[in-house]
Formats: sequence, C-alpha cells, structure tokens
Amino acid sequence: MATTTQEISIGDLPARAAAASSEGELKGDNMAINVGPSHPTTHGVLRLLMELDGDTITKCRPVIGYLHRGDEKIAENMTYNQFVPYTDRLDYLAPLANNVAYAMTVEKVAGLQVPERCEAIRVLCCELARISSHLLGVGVYGMDAGAWTVFMYTFTEREKLYTLFEELTGARFTTSYTRIGGVARDIPEGWLGRVNDFCNGVLPVLDQVEKLLTRNRIFLDRTEGIGVISRETALAYGLTGPNLRASGVDFDLRKDRPYLGYDRYDFDVPVGTTGDCYDRYLVRGEEIRQSVRIVRQIIETFPDGPVCAEEAKQIVAPQKSKVLSSMEELIQNFMITTEGPRIPAGEVYFEAENPKGALGFFLVSKGGGVPYRLKIRGPSFCSLSLLEELVPGHHMTDITCILGSLDFVMGECDR
Amino acid sequence: MATTKVMERKPLTMAEKTFIPQIASGLKTTFGNMLKKPVTLEYPDERPVIPNNYRGVPTLVKDPNGREKCVSCQLCEFVCPPKAIRITPGSIDADAEPDRAHVEKAPQEFDINMLRCIYCGYCQEVCPEEAIFLQDIFSVSGYSRDEMVNNKEKLYALGGTLPDAHLKWDKKKAAEERGNEAH
Ligand code: SF4
Ligand code: SF4
Repeated sequence: MATTTQEISIGDLPARAAAASSEGELKGDNMAINVGPSHPTTHGVLRLLMELDGDTITKCRPVIGYLHRGDEKIAENMTYNQFVPYTDRLDYLAPLANNVAYAMTVEKVAGLQVPERCEAIRVLCCELARISSHLLGVGVYGMDAGAWTVFMYTFTEREKLYTLFEELTGARFTTSYTRIGGVARDIPEGWLGRVNDFCNGVLPVLDQVEKLLTRNRIFLDRTEGIGVISRETALAYGLTGPNLRASGVDFDLRKDRPYLGYDRYDFDVPVGTTGDCYDRYLVRGEEIRQSVRIVRQIIETFPDGPVCAEEAKQIVAPQKSKVLSSMEELIQNFMITTEGPRIPAGEVYFEAENPKGALGFFLVSKGGGVPYRLKIRGPSFCSLSLLEELVPGHHMTDITCILGSLDFVMGECDR
Repeated sequence: MATTKVMERKPLTMAEKTFIPQIASGLKTTFGNMLKKPVTLEYPDERPVIPNNYRGVPTLVKDPNGREKCVSCQLCEFVCPPKAIRITPGSIDADAEPDRAHVEKAPQEFDINMLRCIYCGYCQEVCPEEAIFLQDIFSVSGYSRDEMVNNKEKLYALGGTLPDAHLKWDKKKAAEERGNEAH
C-alpha cells in the first residue's frame, strides 16, 4: 500500500492549554465538587466534576478512561480464542454474556452454525449472567438509596449463582467459557437441577426485596421523578438495555432481532412509563423474573448432542482424547493453537442484548487466525455520556440515585 | 415469543404514606433473616468446597510411574494470553533414564509467573501430554516478586501425580520394541 504523509498543525499550544484550563473555572459564588475517581457511589473509577449552586448541581462533567486497557488493540495481537479472557473483563459483572457475544461475532464472520446444545448452553449462560448482573444492580441501587439490607439479600443469591458458574466454567468471576465454534466444556452432572433449585430460591428473595423497596415511601421519594430520561433523549444518546426500556422504548434485541434461538422462548419485555430512576429499578426487577422464566424453559427442553461445531476442523480444536491418541488431531491442535482458528476475510457488526444494554463487536477479518480490527461498543459508555445532560438541576444527594439507576460498569465503558 | 409488558405503578395509599406498614414489614423481614442460619463462611478456619475442574494455580504433574510428562513442546507458553509461562527446552539424558530416552525432550526450566497468570486454563486445554493442570489452590501469596514465580521444582511439588489413562509414551515404546522384533 502507498503511504501518504500529511502535515498536522498543532496550532498555538499555550493558548489552547489556557482555554482548556479556564473551561472548568468557576464564576460567581458557585462551588466546585469533585467526586471520584475512587468513590463508593461511582461503582468503579469514574470521576465527576461538578459545579454546585447551593445544593443544586449546575454542571456535571464525567471524566472517564481510568480503566482503559486498550482491549481493542490487544485483540489485534492475539488469536481469536486467546481474546476470550479479555472479554470477561469488559462488563465484569456479566462475563458469560460477553464471552457469548464475542464468540458469536467471530462465528458470524466464519458463517459457522453451532450445534443446538451449544446454543442452549449459551442462552442459559446469558440469562444467568443477566440475573447475576441485575441482582447486583438492584441490590447496590438499594444500598445507594439507603436500603442497605437489600444488598445483603441479593448478594447472597448472587453468591449461589457464582457457585454454579464455578462448577460450569471452573472460575467464579473470569469465566472465559466460550470458544470460537462452541464452549470450553459441557455442563457437569446434575448441574441443570441445581440451576433449577436456584431459580426456585431466587424468586422468593426477589419478592422480599420488592416488598422492601417497591412500595416504600422513602425509596419512592428518592427515586420517583429523579433523573427522568425522555424517550427522545434516550434514543438520541444511544441508550440500550434496561435504561432504554425504562424510558418507554420497547426495544430488546432478543425480541426484535432474535439470535441464539431466543424466538423459541416465551418471555415479557418490561418497559417503563416515565424513564425516571424508579422505572429503571422496576424494569430490572422484572427482567430477573423473565430471565428465570427463560431459564426454566431451557431446562425443560435441553437438547443432547455435541457442544462444539466439531465438523469445522479449521476452527474448532479437536477433542482432548483424540489429541492424545491420533497424529492428525495432534497436528490440528497445534495448528489451531499457534495460528488461530482460520476465519475467512470479511467484516461483521453484531450486537447482543447484554444485562447492561447492547454490547456490540465490529470485527474486520483479513483471513487467518488474528482479527485485523475489533471495535467494541459498550452500552455503559452511552449511559455515562448522558450524565452531562441528565444531572444538572438535581441535588447533590440525587447523584447516588442517578448513578445507581444507570447501572453502568467502567470495565466496559473504558475498555 | 416475546411480548411487551408495561410496568404500571399505583400511587401510594394513605396508610403507605405514613411509613408505618413499610416499617412493620421491613422489620419483619429483618428479624426473619436474623433467625436464619448464617450464609457466610468463617474463612480461613472454614474452607469452601472446590468443585471438580476448578481453575486454580497451574501445576505440572507426573504420570503414575513418577515420570515427568511434559515434553517441552512449548504450546502452553505460546497460548498463554498474558505470557506467564517461560520454558527452556532440554533433552532427556539417555544414560540416566533409559526407559524414557525415546521421549527425547523435557523442559530444562519451566517457570510460571503467578503475578501474570490469569487462571484462564488455556495451558491445560492445549497441552498435548496432559502435563499441566490447574488444580484447586486458589490463594497464593509471597513477599517478593521472585517468590511469586513458580519454578519447575515447585510446579511438580504442587502438582503431584494424577491418574493417566493414556500412558502414551509407554505405548509408543512398546510399539517400537514390537517393531524391532518384527524386523
Ligand atoms: S506442559 Fe504440555 S503444552 Fe506445555 S510444554 Fe509441556 S507438554 Fe507442551
Ligand atoms: S492459566 Fe492461563 S494465564 Fe495461567 S499459565 Fe495457564 S495459560 Fe497462562
């Protein structure tokens, strides 16, 4: 390729620096407040620069990037499978869902169809990840609004879920469960039964949590009419997931662009009426119930068969027992590990409905085992970009409620 | 089939506005939970149950005859996403270990840096000899960086012996000998 050079003009640096530093300067008798980057209500390393007039916020500027690790660039330097552990660390409250979304993107470029059992396991993973993420979201939100015990109850349930993840994947948090063309291992003996037990146990706890919060006047006073996101704003800022649906937009990728056979399952998509903090809480609570519904349907119709698309010998590593006993499979194992799964040239953008919203991957492949470019669209990034518009006009104490209700995660925002 | 469900909300009743029913039911929940069995574990006095196939600290294992299984193919070193493994390949001394000489290669040095390792389990997954296993150790600590690098000796000490259904090199040797007889 021919290279072209271009002059870049930097301009008058001192003047630009002076303009940038005076940007945050206070006028009149307003007060500046800095929240974060390490603060309990920011749920991660988010920094907020705010200007207050009395107790009313007049300006809010989110500063992000403290958790930037350059995941997109890292992806270009490793094979497709090697990147799976990095997807755990995007939305680290739902790593299983990220694993699935990433593997599906690569499979779309390759035009690979995974077996039914693999699909069922993946849907199960996504829904359990959603339950786990929302349990934390609702619990921490209660805590932010002053209802501390709610957090203890939901966290106990999430702990049970982590034990199930541990049995399935070998790790509680960093699951790294999917591979291109399948999943790392089949489900363990009796695991589905334990998932069912968990489902039976989580609903009463959810009832209990809702009894504590939904009709609680203190909670209502703190959340109703606070942080109202109108339908138009939500769409304009590209919100997705529960935050978008709370604003009354009926859009769920599982329903509107079904993937992984989501169209086979019966579930409701909850939408809010006003788009305030309370609606976002209601929507998340209901989504847990709906996920439990989906999980039950999967357990009922759990298909048999392989968990990997074994016929795709250029992409899926052979079974271990064969690697140990046959030369051909041994070589195949070496090829796939060192060169990566052979993915044809092409590009794909794929979004999956993750607990926090639509997690998108844009993948460009020039053929071979390494991505040419991988762009990640994190839903939390969009939710946070809204703060500048959403927060002014609220009181300082509302900040905790607004941040909690948006349920973002910095790993995915900063990537 | 997915359907849409609008989350309606009803205004609070007079009674609910007084906080009293909420406080009563809240306290009921709290006291109810106080009487339940605690869900926490007194770690480290009590230890959690570690499931099979848990991904703990990676270790090297020996076969049931106490022989080293790793052939230093370096596949694990290659696949390791954070590059935690460093291997220096070496050869097997045919005089010292005649029954294993046909394997030819073994690692001279094998280091896993536990400050880099992310416990992903890829090394175990790709190993063509079933020589490296992530076992059930989940907490590691050390006073220095050097202490956190597990060398070959330590890896074998941690790994121990695992049952081996294949005994691949024994089979190979037997086949070789049979082959020699035939000629
Ligand atoms: S542990 Fe396994 S993969 Fe690693 S060098 Fe030894 S034989 Fe090869
Ligand atoms: S578990 Fe993963 S990070 Fe650790 S040594 Fe093995 S491949 Fe490397």
